[in-house]
Amino acid sequence: MLPDATLNQYLILSAVLFSIGTAGVFLRRNLITILLSVEVMLNAVNLTFVAVDRYLGSVEGQIIVFFVMTVAAAEAAVGLAIVIALFRHKDTLNPDAFTSLKW
Amino acid sequence: MQRSDFSAIVPVLIVTLSACAVMLAEAFRRKHEEMPLGWLGVIGLVGATASSILLWNSHLVGFGVVAADNFALFFNVMICAIGLLTIFLSMGTAERDQLPVGEYYTIMLFAIVGMMLMGSSKDLLVIFLALEIMSLGVYVLTGIKRTSEAGAEAAFKYFVLGAFSSAFFLYGIAFTYATTGTTKLDELGLKIASTSAEPNLLVILAMVFLLVGFAFKVAAVPFHMWTPDAYQGAPTLVTGFMSTGVKAAAFAAFVRVFLAAFEPLRMDWVPVLSAIAGLTMILGTVVGVAQTSVKRMLAYSSIAHAGYLLVGLVASNAAGKAAILFYLVSYAITNLGAFGILAALSSPDRPHDDIRDFAGLGQDRPWLAGLLTIFLLSLGGFPPTVGFVAKWYIFNAAVQEHMVALAVLGVLTSVVSVFFYLRIVVMMYMVDETAPGHRPVVPVMVFVGLLLAVAGVFYLGVLPGRLLSIAASSVASIF
Repeated sequence: MLPDATLNQYLILSAVLFSIGTAGVFLRRNLITILLSVEVMLNAVNLTFVAVDRYLGSVEGQIIVFFVMTVAAAEAAVGLAIVIALFRHKDTLNPDAFTSLKW
Repeated sequence: MQRSDFSAIVPVLIVTLSACAVMLAEAFRRKHEEMPLGWLGVIGLVGATASSILLWNSHLVGFGVVAADNFALFFNVMICAIGLLTIFLSMGTAERDQLPVGEYYTIMLFAIVGMMLMGSSKDLLVIFLALEIMSLGVYVLTGIKRTSEAGAEAAFKYFVLGAFSSAFFLYGIAFTYATTGTTKLDELGLKIASTSAEPNLLVILAMVFLLVGFAFKVAAVPFHMWTPDAYQGAPTLVTGFMSTGVKAAAFAAFVRVFLAAFEPLRMDWVPVLSAIAGLTMILGTVVGVAQTSVKRMLAYSSIAHAGYLLVGLVASNAAGKAAILFYLVSYAITNLGAFGILAALSSPDRPHDDIRDFAGLGQDRPWLAGLLTIFLLSLGGFPPTVGFVAKWYIFNAAVQEHMVALAVLGVLTSVVSVFFYLRIVVMMYMVDETAPGHRPVVPVMVFVGLLLAVAGVFYLGVLPGRLLSIAASSVASIF
């Protein structure tokens, strides 16, 4: 079993990754990068699950990670499809161009 | 693996199969061939309703994670009813709106599967998966009209904020798992209870993140930003479906997680949720007053209604818990009725969404105007409609728990909200000039759906006792 400090380091790393993803969703001005930021958030959570699992000595969390990866793939498929639909209307990936609804 | 495992998931299985059937039928449909695809969905939903009623009081659990307790079955029936009403209201209007009908019904049925699972799951991971099944379906439905720019834009906004909030929800699950070593709600409740005297930071963080996830899905302030855009941009009936179904499913999981598993930490989450409930009611009503698009106005009304539901969640005595379920049924029937009429009135060349479009509807279409008036009055909470009874139960529960401030705020915001509901009624009956343009014919099944909804509004408004006792007994089954 790993010592506590190491688990904390993993948790801090995943918290940092999660924050980067969160910031990316709000700050980046490209639809594809926004999607990537959401993926970074999900993978930060995966890291938490695996680190905790290692610490607890169980496998449940690692099984959860597989579910999360599947969900992330499905989400990426739907997200990209919506981006393509948007791109066909305006020929741009800048979210500021889409203002037909009040934001 | 036993037979009882499968018995518990029969309702979900039936809807899944009917969704697959619709998908296959659509795949083998020749161009311009007519197929009763909606009716395949109706068969599945009726089957799921019947099997849920047969499973009543059986207390089965499938595979340790999907419960068929009375609470889950109540939500199964409610969500199937929402699905049935939506399909009836879509028959004729979906084709006229030029939606791809096969995909529309298939995705809607899969979203219903997710909603049903959300009310039934006893494990945080399954709640997450159900949430995603539901949400992915609803994102696609929002943007299903590919020629509409507003639809694609609404879908993207809904998708990004939805995916963002489910990442938070998942992080909450990870923290819960880190502190308790389990994701099963029953074990979780026991573990949290044993340490509730001094909860550590991770448990509080877990709770906050789960709360953020749920608040997004039920459209509570400050996580409501997606609601008006998604509701305005989506096809009208999809808006009706997602404002009622998603809300019902999210509240089902919300109640299970917060009133059962996280109940020991009540002292920590009640102040936060009370503040959110108050702000949600105020913002939904105040901003709703300023809207000229009726769909957008109903979106803000939906935010305000989430606030009333949260009041029930905060009060959460026996009366409050039953009141939440009753309110969800009431809101579902009323809101679907209102959106059904909006969908029936809109045509491809005229969205019939601006408030001025309703001028003269009282003379032009007296029946539709009358029905819309009834639904709007029920949303505003007038007796003898179901909206009044539902609000009364919620505020009553809040007063019993000495949360007088929230109850007063609820009543005040309801009074203000009447203003914007009545504005449409005034427009329909008291403005002489008729809005330009021709209003389309209402398909037969839409009329049937609207009559069912209005029957529910009056039946539950006059004789609410039976449904309320069913709600009370079903909510008691999860504690």
